[in-house]
Amino acid sequence: MHLGAQLASIAFAAVVFLVVLEMVRRRYLRERYAILWLGAALVLLVLAAWTQLLSTISSAVGIATPSNAFFVIAFAFLLLLLLHFSAVVSRLADETRVLAQRLALLEERERADHRSGADYNDDETENEEYALPGERLAAGRRRQPGPSDPALIRRR
Amino acid sequence: MMASRARSLLAVVPAYNEAGSVADVVLSLRERAPTFDVIVIDDGSTDDTAQQARAVGAEVISLPFNLGIGGAVQTGFVYALEHGYDYMAQVDGDGQHEPAELQSLLSEMSRDPALDVVCGSRFLSPESCYTAPISRRTGIHLFAFTLSKILGQRITDPTSGFRVYNRRAIRLFARDYPHDYPEVEAVLMLHANRLRLAEVPVQMHLRGSGRSSITRSRSAYYMIKVSLALLVGLMRRHSVVEPGDPAPVSATRGV
Repeated sequence: MHLGAQLASIAFAAVVFLVVLEMVRRRYLRERYAILWLGAALVLLVLAAWTQLLSTISSAVGIATPSNAFFVIAFAFLLLLLLHFSAVVSRLADETRVLAQRLALLEERERADHRSGADYNDDETENEEYALPGERLAAGRRRQPGPSDPALIRRR
Repeated sequence: MMASRARSLLAVVPAYNEAGSVADVVLSLRERAPTFDVIVIDDGSTDDTAQQARAVGAEVISLPFNLGIGGAVQTGFVYALEHGYDYMAQVDGDGQHEPAELQSLLSEMSRDPALDVVCGSRFLSPESCYTAPISRRTGIHLFAFTLSKILGQRITDPTSGFRVYNRRAIRLFARDYPHDYPEVEAVLMLHANRLRLAEVPVQMHLRGSGRSSITRSRSAYYMIKVSLALLVGLMRRHSVVEPGDPAPVSATRGV
């Protein structure tokens, strides 16, 4: 490989590696997904730096120019990552569906309770109490538990 | 209304497909740690874990799908925080933790008021007969060594989930708890937030039934994930999300 191309590849792989680490540090990226990217960046880094290995691989599979072998390997990694993300998106879609169903069932139950007038606490603050942990955190307030706590209304 | 004194101890039992053992865990908690309220977190089990636990009268929170041990236990932290519990214990639903030993964890906690978390360690007692595969013990000792260096305090069993948390620790982990394989990273978070941890010797049973979440194929992922989490955790400005930091879940934050 041309020295300039080699240096560029090394620099690119190193930048990807560092950017991924920084993203994990800032919590933009979970460790689970970072590991894949770090692995890919590391393999590309090794191939770019160790030209002997790259030319061995390329001659073994019959690719004339080692830099093309580099592209093929990088492309294979991208395909695998995309496939993985498709699987993750599928799982997320399933989880969203389950959440939507649970929410709809819960709303239906609330309405049924409301109609029957059973221990339903028609409190102005009710919606606030369903805040997600993250929302409660962002607002920086802490609610003291009380008799209208949703967990206490929960039926067996 | 809640009488805070009477309801100050909570045992959280995370259980994922533990129908064979969760009822025994609840019953032995009631028998040997009767001062604890018990809440079972059914982590999206596909067997009848929740029904088994309810059958022996336990409160059960059923998560709509499997969140993993971190998400399940954090549900317990949020529950403990919202209900004003003073202390929360984690007792795994597979029966490997002995509820009778909660008392020794609690008495260590009350012996030293500066402590925020007391952790049951398999490796402190000389007659320990913990027989895990050598590879797993090596991994545990590696993390124990690293954390001991970071904390400047001897840590022997950072992967143990058998822990008692006080209110400060509950508040910390209700806000931010690692997602998968959380125990080791949680020790680092305690340290970064200047919360104090102590270990006491405990015996752990072999699993009653069910399967460990850590199969052989996953242990490589375990080691890499936890190592990365420790490395990155050390570089973080705040190890946990502090009030005023960007929200941990946000749609507007772009890269």
